[in-house]
Amino acid sequence: MMIRSLVNHDRGGQIFLLVLCLIGFLIPIANLVIPSDSMFHVPTYSVSLLGKYACYALLAISLDLVWGYCGILSLGHGAFFALGGYVMGMYLMRQIGTRGVYGHPELPDFMVFLNWDSLPWYWMGLDQFWFAAIMIIIVPGILAFLFGWLAFRSRVSGVYLSIMTQALTYALMLAFFRNELGFGGNNGLTDFKDVLGFSLQSDATKVALFVSSVIALVLGYLICQYLVTSKLGRVITAARDAESRARFLGYHVEYYQVWVFTISAVIAGIAGALYVPQVGIINPSEFQPLNSIELVVWVALGGRATLYGAALGAGLVNYIKTILTGALPEIWLFFLGLLFVLVTILLPRGLIGILRRTRLGGNNG
Amino acid sequence: MESYAELDWVVIMADLDRKSTIAESSQITNALLKRSVSPNQINTDKGLILYLEGISVSFDGFRALNELNLYIETGELRCIIGPNGAGKTTLMDVITGKTRPDKGTAYFGQNVDLLSKSEPEIASLGIGRKFQKPTVFETHSVSENLELAMEADKRVWATMFASLSSEERESMDEVLLLIGLSEMRRTQASFLSHGQKQWLEIGMLLMQNPAVLLIDEPVAGMTQQESETTADLLTQLAGEHSVIVVEHDMEFVRSIAKTVTVLHEGSVLAEGPFQKVQGDPLVRQVYLGA
Repeated sequence: MMIRSLVNHDRGGQIFLLVLCLIGFLIPIANLVIPSDSMFHVPTYSVSLLGKYACYALLAISLDLVWGYCGILSLGHGAFFALGGYVMGMYLMRQIGTRGVYGHPELPDFMVFLNWDSLPWYWMGLDQFWFAAIMIIIVPGILAFLFGWLAFRSRVSGVYLSIMTQALTYALMLAFFRNELGFGGNNGLTDFKDVLGFSLQSDATKVALFVSSVIALVLGYLICQYLVTSKLGRVITAARDAESRARFLGYHVEYYQVWVFTISAVIAGIAGALYVPQVGIINPSEFQPLNSIELVVWVALGGRATLYGAALGAGLVNYIKTILTGALPEIWLFFLGLLFVLVTILLPRGLIGILRRTRLGGNNG
Repeated sequence: MESYAELDWVVIMADLDRKSTIAESSQITNALLKRSVSPNQINTDKGLILYLEGISVSFDGFRALNELNLYIETGELRCIIGPNGAGKTTLMDVITGKTRPDKGTAYFGQNVDLLSKSEPEIASLGIGRKFQKPTVFETHSVSENLELAMEADKRVWATMFASLSSEERESMDEVLLLIGLSEMRRTQASFLSHGQKQWLEIGMLLMQNPAVLLIDEPVAGMTQQESETTADLLTQLAGEHSVIVVEHDMEFVRSIAKTVTVLHEGSVLAEGPFQKVQGDPLVRQVYLGA
């Protein structure tokens, strides 16, 4: 009932949710039920790839929430994604147990290698899934809250804020590269064996992870859609368009910004946590500024302030990336740069903007 | 936290001892609950709603306001005129908390010190401001603009789950009627004409149910017809609200003003009925230029 009222006047959102439900339902059947010699069989590799895209799409939606609706261009949203991923990675590392190369019952391999004799305090409790699940929400959430609190309360905005977010992710990357920090240095965390007792190598687990990612994407979309269609959504877009006016109306704009930024970071963290078991590794390169910039391109291509457009952009760019980096790897970065320039000049409202304009059939853009 | 609460109670009990009327105690309970003064607690016993005394503001050595004194009566319609750089906008900024004066005092009613409040606090206390350039929220519809401006709990959590009650809808309809935009409630604000945007903005101020309305150049860029409608609107508003209008258009000022204040170089040059001020030789020299 509530879901229906959310997407009632939102044709694009209806189509988006319908497609997601179909994919989430048909792909598992195509992989697990249909025999592998049939032309309708989807290989497990593709299922994990699609699961990865779903995580990216969720990440893109989280960025669209702050960029499209609050007008805050975060160039460091990859950091929250990576933090969620690291927490999940730590949980998965602790599931390895004695199956590691050194066979230590408690310490991950890289700690044994560094001659550490006990687990650092911040690794405690992460062998429990429930605790890891809470931390996946809390760690990116707290960082975003502190960062947002300091930045928005001092009314840092525009390009300065973008640079600060970029610096944030860069600083985290440098920190995570260091071995003594206890997150595996530049190798990161990998060699995962199982999640919740299910082997990560099995097709069924991979399909389950894919389905979880699609469900997370649907829920993430609905939550963001609720936020942007509520009065809160009207306040944040009002503050985006005329901030001082919103202040004069009595809204503490900075609290809204901190709150939305934190929600967005939590969603990004969840996307990262679902991403890591599907790709099997998390390392500091996930923090690199380039990732966050790529993310901005996804959202810009799909269309800002549309939510499902951001998800579409994420899927599309990553599909092209998968093809291009396979066929012509040296072209990819040029393509990405070109795409960003073209989208900025020719498609200020992204692909969804074009679709909406053709449907309206007029020139009032 | 607890020690603060205790302190509050000590103050309250002392207050109650001194003048233990029911009104007082309910006021104090309100203050304790809301941690701020609500609009109905503005004390205007003396018939004045704004007291500005000895206000001085300098920007990099330039004195925008110089020992300015200004008193506004409850329910009056006051026009403030003056040449460019006379300090009109700075005066508005001081009242709304955007600019802090170097010295002087500013009181809202007899009991609220404006200089200790932030911009949003002052807005929620009941001082609404209309900017020179119409700044409505362009991507929102007319009724959404009014909804955003409505007097309500404006904290994040409450806003996230807010929905319009039937009384709120009614008061919105009333304001739409008053500003003449009932037919355009679903129109996106960016499609409104200049005059309609000005009225929408005045409507947004009214939604906050303010005691004082500060209105900066309401008829700049309006047609003759629109100016007349605006004059009617502002005259209707005075009485229930105190209205302060800053305006250059002398014809417009003549049509609405009862009392005019002339600012010059940051202080009050003359004050009084339009005819008297217009006849003042000093005023003619600095402003009317004749």
